[in-house]
Amino acid sequence: MSVMSGKELPRDGRDLEGTELHERLEKTWGTPPGLWAWISTVDHKRISKRYIVTALIFMLLGGILSLVMRVQLATPESGLITPDRYNQLFTMHGTTMMFLFAVPVMEAMAVFLVPLMIGTRAISFPRLNAFSYWIYLAGGVLLWVAFILNIGPDAGWFAYVPLSGPEYSPGKRTDIWAQMVTFTEVAALAVSVELVATILKQRAPGMTLSRMPLFVWVSLVTSFMVIFSMPSVALTSGFLLSDRLVGTQFFNPYEHGDALLWQHLFWFFGHPEVYIIFLPGVGFVSHIVETFCRRSVLFYPAMVLAVVSIGLLAFGLWVHHMFATGLPRLGYAFYTAASMAVAIPSGVQVFCWIATMWDGRPRFDTPLLYVVGFIFTFVIGGLTGVMLASVPLDLQLHDTYFVVAHFHYVLIGGAVFPLLGAFTYWFPKFTGRMMSERMGKWTFWTLFLGFQLAFAPMHWSGILGMPRRVYTYPAGLGLEQTNMLSTVGAFAFAAGLFMFLENAAVSLRRRANAGSNPWDASGLEWAVSSPPASYNFAHIPVVSSRTPLWDNRDHLPVMTGLRVDDRELLITTVMEAKPDLREPSPVPTAWPLIAAIATTAMFIASIFTPWAVVVGAVPTAAALIAWFWPKGPETPEPVIQ
Amino acid sequence: MRRALPLLLPLAGCDTVQSMTGGDGRQGALFNDLFVIFAIVTLVMLALVLTGLIASIFRRHPAKSSVPGENDEARDAPFRPLLIGWVALIATGLLFLTTATYLTDRAMQARAPANRLLEIEITANQWWWDIRYKSSKPWQTIRTANEIHLPVGIPARITLKSNDVIHSFWVPNLAGKQDLIPGRRTDTVLEPKRIGVYRSQCAEFCGAQHAHMALDVTVESWADFNAWRVRQLTPAPAPATPLALAGYNYVTTRECASCHAIAGTPASAQVAPDLTHLASRRSIAAGTFPMTRGHLYAWIADPQGAKPGNNMPVVGLEPNELHSVIAYLETLK
Amino acid sequence: MIPPPKFVGDLTDLPTHAFGHRSLTWWGVVAFFMIEGAAFAMAFAAYFFLITGEQSWPPAPYRPPDLLAGTLFTLIMLASEIPNTRLKRAAEKKDLRSVRIGLLIMTAVCIPLFVLRGFEFASLNVWWTDNAYGSIMWALLFLHLTHFATDFVDTVVLACLVNTRHAAEDRRMVDVAENAMYWRFVWLLWLPIYFMLYWIPRL
Repeated sequence: MSVMSGKELPRDGRDLEGTELHERLEKTWGTPPGLWAWISTVDHKRISKRYIVTALIFMLLGGILSLVMRVQLATPESGLITPDRYNQLFTMHGTTMMFLFAVPVMEAMAVFLVPLMIGTRAISFPRLNAFSYWIYLAGGVLLWVAFILNIGPDAGWFAYVPLSGPEYSPGKRTDIWAQMVTFTEVAALAVSVELVATILKQRAPGMTLSRMPLFVWVSLVTSFMVIFSMPSVALTSGFLLSDRLVGTQFFNPYEHGDALLWQHLFWFFGHPEVYIIFLPGVGFVSHIVETFCRRSVLFYPAMVLAVVSIGLLAFGLWVHHMFATGLPRLGYAFYTAASMAVAIPSGVQVFCWIATMWDGRPRFDTPLLYVVGFIFTFVIGGLTGVMLASVPLDLQLHDTYFVVAHFHYVLIGGAVFPLLGAFTYWFPKFTGRMMSERMGKWTFWTLFLGFQLAFAPMHWSGILGMPRRVYTYPAGLGLEQTNMLSTVGAFAFAAGLFMFLENAAVSLRRRANAGSNPWDASGLEWAVSSPPASYNFAHIPVVSSRTPLWDNRDHLPVMTGLRVDDRELLITTVMEAKPDLREPSPVPTAWPLIAAIATTAMFIASIFTPWAVVVGAVPTAAALIAWFWPKGPETPEPVIQ
Repeated sequence: MRRALPLLLPLAGCDTVQSMTGGDGRQGALFNDLFVIFAIVTLVMLALVLTGLIASIFRRHPAKSSVPGENDEARDAPFRPLLIGWVALIATGLLFLTTATYLTDRAMQARAPANRLLEIEITANQWWWDIRYKSSKPWQTIRTANEIHLPVGIPARITLKSNDVIHSFWVPNLAGKQDLIPGRRTDTVLEPKRIGVYRSQCAEFCGAQHAHMALDVTVESWADFNAWRVRQLTPAPAPATPLALAGYNYVTTRECASCHAIAGTPASAQVAPDLTHLASRRSIAAGTFPMTRGHLYAWIADPQGAKPGNNMPVVGLEPNELHSVIAYLETLK
Repeated sequence: MIPPPKFVGDLTDLPTHAFGHRSLTWWGVVAFFMIEGAAFAMAFAAYFFLITGEQSWPPAPYRPPDLLAGTLFTLIMLASEIPNTRLKRAAEKKDLRSVRIGLLIMTAVCIPLFVLRGFEFASLNVWWTDNAYGSIMWALLFLHLTHFATDFVDTVVLACLVNTRHAAEDRRMVDVAENAMYWRFVWLLWLPIYFMLYWIPRL
């Protein structure tokens, strides 16, 4: 076989440009219509849209559960919902929101945006990306089918032992919960691996670490957090499954086990988990502030340092969930200090955003309104968090509705508001259409005011002595008024969510003529069409600043030379982002789906018998081997003599 | 300072029997003081943030050149001292709050001087509280359920254990909570300062009837407390009427005796609440119902309808059996 | 409007594969190390946490595991690093013949390791159902077994691949080198586990 030199094979460049280049690239990278293509696609943009739609469906389902709970709690000693059903409701609400909505939707946004923001054509491990979506879907479906069949988990999203152990939670409910955790954790870990590799190795030439967009920094930090925290919950849910199914004694105090072992292992994951959800929101806010204030966010190095220090600090706080368990007081003091210390990097970021608004020329379109709502709401939530960090205060407030108020303020304020702002902001990039600005403003105010009405009274409910996770409460404690207000507010908030979705649905039916950069933003994702072509960039861009599109208005510097007839992207060096290799990118394949089906069967069967792990490993391994088995090279490569 | 807390809460009727605002115990009052300190500091920080936010929203931004992102880094420089000042302010505030926390914690741990100390042992079960008042003289140990009486001004050290899952003992008016964890012993101290009745509720999700696992707390004078203690030590009186006698025979020989104990009768099982002084309690089934004849009938006739999932089975009493059992139980004051 | 392109560089002559941290999949493997390392770190933490609740470790009247099978396993695993390093170097030099032999050796070395691992389970002197000590000992050994079994399957697949037409691809040599790197992680992780299973109970 003769060796063909690189120069004779078709590549993009001066000779191949414009529409002809686009057609050739589209032929190589595109996903044709049809079911097979839909199943086998490895395009990160399509897979991320699947993730987002699925996550939003779970959000709606989880939200409906919360409305049912609020109706039950609107009046004292309401007989609407039985205790067993209620315990399933709040378990499913928390589990769905944390595992099936919040983390997946944030990861999905990163999967779509990060490759575009760094100027590459694909994510690092596209087939793993496809696999992770199917695994996530399987886990969510498992949980919800169980709930609909009235065997949903009912021990809380945190499933403390011994309540969730074999003696006090008989049947399969908790096993289903624990295995769902395995599914979603595998999916999240897979995406995190992809994001780390993409961000470190596929950035555009010239995009040094200090020129990376803030959302890319956030995605890098969050991915590392997932990598180091999720194995803890995987391990401990594995321990729980084995206690329940094969008779281990990890958590059985009568056989030298320890109920607190669960709490340590769970919260070592659980605390970083909430920052995994919150930090992407921070990334969204920085981008929206920059675009709508017409200047980059102040003090980029401080912003990056703040994100990194939050990511690190998050691992040192978990014991603040265990202040009432009777551990040594001296140890608690450390966790009080660390938990409060996280206010410092958060405070730095809030300062920088507000200063950017002061110094810039803000335009209060809907995305920036969500940022304002975020600042107001998240700061309140953060301040109640400072209260909860103090052990003497926490011993009163722990496990009351005060905590419910706190975490909804930080999660909805800190993650959901930025997410909705991000949806509005990047909607044209995802779909080619703009959302209605007028409807957007109405939606924002409904959501914002509805949220405050729903959750502010919960601070008082807690102070008035209402514990968490109760299916009802007695009359005469002063809880009737606060609970009724919360219920009304919850419905108002839900109405706002429906308005948002309706806005999105209606906007999708308009003509796709948003243009590549409707907001005149600065990032590379706005240098491609809306929505982007399957190959993202016709030529790999070169950057020399943090705001490439603002500094290169006349023309965009690019590099040429990547193959057009085969999927290929550019690998650059980690620190300096100098071009290093041309990396082939995988073509569509159904093996990720097949491997996911085999893995799903193995995971579900292992709820019923431990032998499923051994037996199920065989088809799973076979599918994985087939997946990684190389296909023949489509174009000639040099032969080894 | 303690009085300031209710002023912060605009809702009326806040000082109820199960609320932190009461500050009716020494630790509870310390909590209220600390909460007010935190509330003030955090509200000041919130006000600063919101002032900055509103100012930057409503500022008349000078018209600049239309090129976004021009000269950004140079424009950052004037803000640097402000950022440093802000970080210093936050750090100082946190240091202040940490110190306040430390001092409060130390004050809470230190026991107020008292020449008497009560020792109580509480064992939590799924959905009821087993209470034992310890004494150096074993025949003076009191066993009761779902209620505690405390003498005002005397510290009570409470040892906490659990027979099944994790529960949490919490009397919001008096002090913070402490978990009861199977396989471990924890403890807490209550130092009530005001006479009154309070309600405690389990504060760690413990299964189906977590919402109905409350405990009645009565704080009274030393004299009243001793009178209560003497009454508690008295065994159950013999039944005086034929109906009560029929009830006594049922309770001590049929299903009830397999779980419950009544001092002075053959019924001495330990796995369910002690009934010796049932009728003197304020509530039934760990705060599920107030102690009235009607509710007692409802409970005994159908415990599962009243508190579904709890561990007391439906016995299916005939009407005459039910009348006699209630008649007997009402004598257990 | 997308600004028109200005050509400032050409990527045509860049190679399509490289070894070590220049390779994209190297980062995937390292990320895997971090995930599995984190999982094992938490298992180690659980092990030490359970010790703090005990008067003695193992709790009376259990005996520590017998040393023979585990020590032999450790010695063979450590010795396997010699052919492993040779294999990695051969792959980096693209010496296909040495790579074929090396992969066969690494596959063969796993057989006695699996056998010894079986004996290790039998020598633990406690069942996983007996108590939490037994549970964590079995868990550590079982987790490492799955870890090492996965790498065994990878090695076998590569040993097959280098005897097909796909052996000619540069990508293959990178795969072999990265798999050799993964083997290092397998035995490195074993060392603290060996210590925890066999020596800490004897202290």
